[in-house]
Amino acid sequence: MMTLANLHLNLIAPEIFLSGAACLVLLIELFIKPARACALAWPLSLIALLISGGLAFGQINNPPLIGLNGLVISDSAAALLRGMSCFLAAGVLFYAQRYSQARDIWRVEYLTLALFGVVGMMTMIGSAHLLTLYVGVELLALCLYGMIAMQRDAVQAAEAAMKYFILGALASGLLLYGMSLLYGLTGTLSLASISANSLTTLLPTSLPLMLAVVMVIAGLLFKLGAVPFHMWVPDVYEGSATGTTLYLSAVPKLAAFAILYRLLEQGLGGWIEIWQDILLLTGIFSIALGNVIAIAQTSLKRMLAYSTISHMGFLLLGFASATTSGYAASMMYALIYAITTLAVFGVMLALSRDGFESDQLDDLKGLNQRHPWLAFLMLLAIFSLAGIPPTAGFFAKLLILQAVVEAGFLAVVVAAVLFAVVGAFYYLRVIKLMYFDAPREDLLAASARGYRPSVLWVLTANAVLVVAITPWIGAIMDVVSSTL
Amino acid sequence: MEIFDGHLLSFLIWAPVLVGALVLLTGKDRRAPAARWIALGGSVVTFLASACLWARFDRGTAQMQFVERGDWISRFHIEYYLGIDGISLPLILLTTVLTMVVVIAGWEVIRTRVAQYFAAFLIMEGLMIGVFCALDGILFYLFWEAMLIPMFLIIGVWGGPNRVYAAIKFFLYTLLGSLLMLVALLFLYNATGGSFDILAFHAFPLSNSVQTLIFLAFFAAFAVKVPMVPVHTWLPDAHVEAPTGGSVILAAITLKMGAYGFLRLAMPIAPDAAADLAWLVVTLSLVAVVYIALVALVQRDMKKLIAYSSISHMGFVTLGFFVFDAQAMEGAVVQMISHGFVSGAMFLCVGVLYDRLHSREIATYGGVIKVMPVFAFFMVFFAMANAGLPGTSGFVGEFLVILGTFSVSGFYATIAALTLIVGAAYTLWMVKRVVFGAIKNTEVEALSDLNRREFWMLSTMAAAVLLVGVWPAPLLEVMQSSVQHLLTHLAVTKL
Repeated sequence: MMTLANLHLNLIAPEIFLSGAACLVLLIELFIKPARACALAWPLSLIALLISGGLAFGQINNPPLIGLNGLVISDSAAALLRGMSCFLAAGVLFYAQRYSQARDIWRVEYLTLALFGVVGMMTMIGSAHLLTLYVGVELLALCLYGMIAMQRDAVQAAEAAMKYFILGALASGLLLYGMSLLYGLTGTLSLASISANSLTTLLPTSLPLMLAVVMVIAGLLFKLGAVPFHMWVPDVYEGSATGTTLYLSAVPKLAAFAILYRLLEQGLGGWIEIWQDILLLTGIFSIALGNVIAIAQTSLKRMLAYSTISHMGFLLLGFASATTSGYAASMMYALIYAITTLAVFGVMLALSRDGFESDQLDDLKGLNQRHPWLAFLMLLAIFSLAGIPPTAGFFAKLLILQAVVEAGFLAVVVAAVLFAVVGAFYYLRVIKLMYFDAPREDLLAASARGYRPSVLWVLTANAVLVVAITPWIGAIMDVVSSTL
Repeated sequence: MEIFDGHLLSFLIWAPVLVGALVLLTGKDRRAPAARWIALGGSVVTFLASACLWARFDRGTAQMQFVERGDWISRFHIEYYLGIDGISLPLILLTTVLTMVVVIAGWEVIRTRVAQYFAAFLIMEGLMIGVFCALDGILFYLFWEAMLIPMFLIIGVWGGPNRVYAAIKFFLYTLLGSLLMLVALLFLYNATGGSFDILAFHAFPLSNSVQTLIFLAFFAAFAVKVPMVPVHTWLPDAHVEAPTGGSVILAAITLKMGAYGFLRLAMPIAPDAAADLAWLVVTLSLVAVVYIALVALVQRDMKKLIAYSSISHMGFVTLGFFVFDAQAMEGAVVQMISHGFVSGAMFLCVGVLYDRLHSREIATYGGVIKVMPVFAFFMVFFAMANAGLPGTSGFVGEFLVILGTFSVSGFYATIAALTLIVGAAYTLWMVKRVVFGAIKNTEVEALSDLNRREFWMLSTMAAAVLLVGVWPAPLLEVMQSSVQHLLTHLAVTKL
């Protein structure tokens, strides 16, 4: 019997609220001149994101509940990740405002797309059904294509959007194909029922099943940007406006973790034999390739793109250990990575000006002499990405390595650690440029202070958080792992 | 007094870090005097606190003292667990004294980004003390690695012309070794069933092959830091390029962290592997003692010469550890302290010359004694100590190590004793060329002697060297029971 009550609409209250807000934001332009519309739409979007995040956090202590006739699930992990996605997105829009405005992409449509993208991520995070999962993935992807292409007159952006769109469509095809095979094999799209199947009938040695799982994983790896489906990452990072790059590099990682968790653990958890080795291998290759190729980059954005690939490798390793502590470690990793990335790009955005992107490594030269404080914040964030204690990035890696050692893959840990040393080199180069090199003459003269003081305060809180949570990292870890 | 004792170690670690942050906040160079005075105040307070530690330390026991223990990351049983024994205590005191000296040494020499410079040294002081206090594996690792960040910046920002290369080399070498140590710690965590307690690791039985692997992983971390041949090549680069203060801390304390790691982790956790692989460590140590001393002989750069002499002296330390003899081990710990003061003082002397002529080349100088008699006195004194003259601290350590080694193997001892000749040769030859002889050029002729600041800085070091040299008994007394306890532990197989 389908009644409104057993649909449990309250489970998706944050999504409903945010969708409504997004529509409202879009309508603003009907009544206010486009030139001024953003002045209202921007704070409205931020408030909507914060409220929606708060609504999601409100569900954190609820027992797991399936709603909408088995389409969505609301558990603590979903509440935490949805809330954090909203807050991170709010941070992104907060940092990106001045930069995007100067580049004429700061329009009401852009904000609407950003909000709907968050709805897409939240849908992914709360999916209990292959259908919701796919809808979430596509909603996010379509918003991202639009946001990247918003910079109409930039050739690079058009190229990035096109590349992302075509490869994204291919990946969606793979994902869908895998899902359809799964449906054919199990006769259901609900993750819980698929999981129930694994216990009884389908053996992991079945060839169609392997094909289905591999297809699904290929689609997921593409969305994550892991080797061997990483090719789009550097181009899209470089081609997009920095504000958009930040949006697509920081926020969706939580959702990416969530769909991995939903699909692999909750859906395909019975067939670990099939996916564990795949994740281990792609994980270690992502770490290797990302860290080695990042060294050769001259563009800061491309370097961060390759660094992201290696970080996703670490996230996959945590997953590959296939234990609760492994999943918890991956979740911590995604959270810490997102917060740190937010800080790195936040500094980049604060440094950029009209006609100056600050997206090349050389643009950071002598930053310590131009903006000592921004340089210091960048230093904290970069060391966190490199995983040097006492930053949060170290604990993120520590937890992953611990989980992998516990699962018995000591050789993988040694390999990951060796590539982390390789990776340390290019992070150190960033520090070197900022602290050891003399500033470029042209930049020294034009060190305008265009950013708002409030941005600087938030940025400071953001970057200092990366170090300051160290004493409480245990408590945070407990909260995170209790949600799984 | 309970509360006082119960938090003294935390105070020693975090007070300098917080003062460092405070110094950082003074910001611009026009507020440099404030930065200097706050830094000096912070280092003096820390030194006084460490003096309290020395006074209140119970010499009769090998147990950990001033223990602080609390949950930190309870899920993985990572604890905030601090404590010291007779081996860590002298090293803590060495750290606090030298940080004070280094702050004085950089007083008017550092003119750019002054606040950042002093902040880096104070933060590093706290982290290094943390290394010597930590009894939890992850906490140890945290301090051990975090210390790289300020050192990296010190070399890279205030260093010489080739500083970028030196800084990155230093960082990557150390990181590679340390990460292998991290893997070993994680392995031990899982093997012991969920604890990072270093003392629990000591007691945990391990099979022979596992011990060998763990020992090698630790060896990678500590051999780089000590440094031992063949992974020593970062040291001459880092020393030469670092500013004077950086060289002093590097030589005097960070190298000791490597040696300390052997005593605290590598040897007691894997005693059987340590015994099995002693031949390897002893051989590498002897190579360092003899070959690196010969390398030092041909250096033209004073800092490089002292850097190689450091490697050679640290070879003595590792030799003393791995002959498993009480006298040798005590000698090795004394050598650690002594080398801290002597090499630090030598670098300060070079710094004094460098500040005046901006050259580290031996050939630039000559006849310095005629224009800088007071300085020449100190330089000759420290050179004698470096060569191991009786009456200086350098003699006590080397003598005890050779004596202890003799009781194990006359062959090892004979080779090690060669250093007394080569060491004297390279040090005294350098002194002869720099301090004595005819005045080389007009620049040397125009040199001014030590100012008051430099005088006090060098006399502090000279007093320490002399004190340890003529009256080492208090130092030996502090470490005796801990060293005995360690050797007893090492003698029992863990198989």
